[in-house]
Amino acid sequence: MAELMLKSALQSDARKRRRNRADRRFKWYGFTALVLAMAFLVFFFIDIIGKGLPAFQQAEMLVQVSYSEAVKDNYNLALDKISRKLVSRSWLRTIPMMLEDHPELVGTTSEEWVVTDYHIDQFLKGHEGHGLIEKDQKLVEKLCEEGKIKLAFNSGFFTHGDSKMPENAGILASAIGSVLVLLLTMLVAVPIGVMTAIYLEEFAPDNRFTQLIEVNINNLAAIPSILYGLLGLAIFINFMGVPRSSALAGGLTLALMTLPIIIIATRAALRAVPETIREAAYGLGASNLQTVWDHVLPLAKPGILTGAIIGLAQAMGETAPLLIVGMMAYIPEAPHSILEATTVLPAQVYTWSGESIRAFEERTAAGIMVLLAVLLSMNALAVRLRNRSETNW
Amino acid sequence: MKKIMITTASLLMAATAAQAGEQIQIVGSSTVYPFSSYVAEELGATTKIKTPVVESTGSGGGMKLFCAGAGLDTPDFTNASRRMKDNEFKTCQENGVKEITEIVVGYDGIAIAQSKEAAPMNLTRKEIMLAVAAEVPNKAGDGLIANPYHFWNEINSELPHRKITLYGPPTSSGTRDAFEDMILKGITKHMSVYTNLYKADEKKNKKYKKFHEIRQDGVYVPSGENDNLIVQKLAKDVDALGIFGYSYLEQNIDSIAAATVEGVAPAPETVQNGSYKLSRSLYFYIKKSHIGQVSGMKEYAKLFTSEQMIGDEGACAGIGLIPLPKEMRDHYRKQLADMTNLTAEDLTRK
Repeated sequence: MAELMLKSALQSDARKRRRNRADRRFKWYGFTALVLAMAFLVFFFIDIIGKGLPAFQQAEMLVQVSYSEAVKDNYNLALDKISRKLVSRSWLRTIPMMLEDHPELVGTTSEEWVVTDYHIDQFLKGHEGHGLIEKDQKLVEKLCEEGKIKLAFNSGFFTHGDSKMPENAGILASAIGSVLVLLLTMLVAVPIGVMTAIYLEEFAPDNRFTQLIEVNINNLAAIPSILYGLLGLAIFINFMGVPRSSALAGGLTLALMTLPIIIIATRAALRAVPETIREAAYGLGASNLQTVWDHVLPLAKPGILTGAIIGLAQAMGETAPLLIVGMMAYIPEAPHSILEATTVLPAQVYTWSGESIRAFEERTAAGIMVLLAVLLSMNALAVRLRNRSETNW
Repeated sequence: MKKIMITTASLLMAATAAQAGEQIQIVGSSTVYPFSSYVAEELGATTKIKTPVVESTGSGGGMKLFCAGAGLDTPDFTNASRRMKDNEFKTCQENGVKEITEIVVGYDGIAIAQSKEAAPMNLTRKEIMLAVAAEVPNKAGDGLIANPYHFWNEINSELPHRKITLYGPPTSSGTRDAFEDMILKGITKHMSVYTNLYKADEKKNKKYKKFHEIRQDGVYVPSGENDNLIVQKLAKDVDALGIFGYSYLEQNIDSIAAATVEGVAPAPETVQNGSYKLSRSLYFYIKKSHIGQVSGMKEYAKLFTSEQMIGDEGACAGIGLIPLPKEMRDHYRKQLADMTNLTAEDLTRK
């Protein structure tokens, strides 16, 4: 008898050990997955930041500029022969226009720090394939020792639009474009999305038709974004005549894409408001509108905002639909209205990644860093809003 | 909420009421895009004219947009890495784009390149064709078989025993069109093995008239529109060859080197004198009806054809454009000054 009990105890002991082992293994699988995911993320960040950081510095050179009368016709004459080939033509070529606007400068000379050609910039940063010839390398090294060439903060990256000369290329135009497009997306998608959700959740009868709509909205949230681009092209550009490449075309297209996300988030937020609140309002004789507007909506607001911000953050990083409506183009000037041609940050990153000049590689990475920073802060805002106004019913 | 909705509504109304902007719109080939946008930037930076918008849509896509109509919402220029096709010209005419001026700005060479570490390689156009075509002549030369070649020395015993891998542009690309034209069609249309099949049954065997199907068994790897990617792959895969535009070769000369084609390496001189066979002309087309309505069109075209841009020492040459010979440049400058109309006969004449 005792033997039998011992045996069964041993057996159950072995079973228990086996179960514990499986348990530990399972835990390890999960942990490995996490480590793997983290490793990818860390690798991505190290790669992007390593490549992108140098772009925030830019080689500058101290030059003697003489604004003589002849400079108006030939900007090369503003500098001596040696510095002429070292500085960026993007600055040099603007001199005649500048003199036209400021005639009082003609005949003066000045000492200025100006941006150098990208070859020198790349050489100073020690990048491979800088393409600076041997003779100039020595010259640049000499000037560096004399303190006439230095690496300084690249403010041009934030104050210029796109350029074909890497040293002159910046994100200003695309950043303004992104803001405009996002603003339009918000103005269109948030009111329509929220109203749709309120109707579906609070007013609509539960029948076949509304069920059909519900299934479709859930589906739309998951379809590839490029389809929205095609839809936008057909409706807004070809049918409604919105100008191609404009912020309006982009904003409306992205609004289409964001709508389902906002609707779903808003409905979830409304559903989270307990039925007792509504019943209390009805009990006091409030109408449907009063109940929703004064009681349910304010309580659901944090959830709606979170959903809207996440939807907009997604729209902000989107490129595929914008390719179709013509926003992936060379547009160096910031738009003055929503009807003018505009590009957006992710489109700018994409355009730079295809440039043949190697110096654009660091600009691409820097552009990604800016984009990531914006997206992270948007998501942080969403999380903060959610935490701050979290209510326990 | 009410305020937001009113703003939205007014914004939308403003949109439909306003006219299309007066900014120059340029579409077309991704090969011409770098030069075109460079000129656009120069125009914007040195004059009061608004910088033109340059969109890279591919040659075919550009023609489609350009020929869609004469309205101001259609592009003013289209760039192309090949000449306008007869049927595109016809579409243009039908849609009211009657007067078009054609300008050639320079050449683009297609480079067959490899990692700098690989041994130098010399190929003929026929050898390249045999390496990439979907169907090639059999040993006896009297019929076609699926491409059996996996090593270069199987094609020509004098070539090294090296695995055939070619990274090249996908079907949507102008470089791919040019590659098919120059390597595949250019060779197969003179080979009776292919053309006899076409003659035997013109309807069923239409594709054999100018055979240009590329094999799909993984030897030819379509690598996306982004040529930088091909450069990176070549640096890692020493056996492989890559097909792309000359400007990328020039920018990456420290990591990749060109294979010679029929003994000639791609360079500005060899393209100009025609000894390097893999080159093509780059065009842009002007919608004449828009001149006067969109400001700056003439200035843009003038700047693009100026010595400062497309001359031997011009800015575009610095970023990979191969200049036209001097007398050709003068010819097209005159054509621009006269605004010569493109005619259907021009396009059929070779």
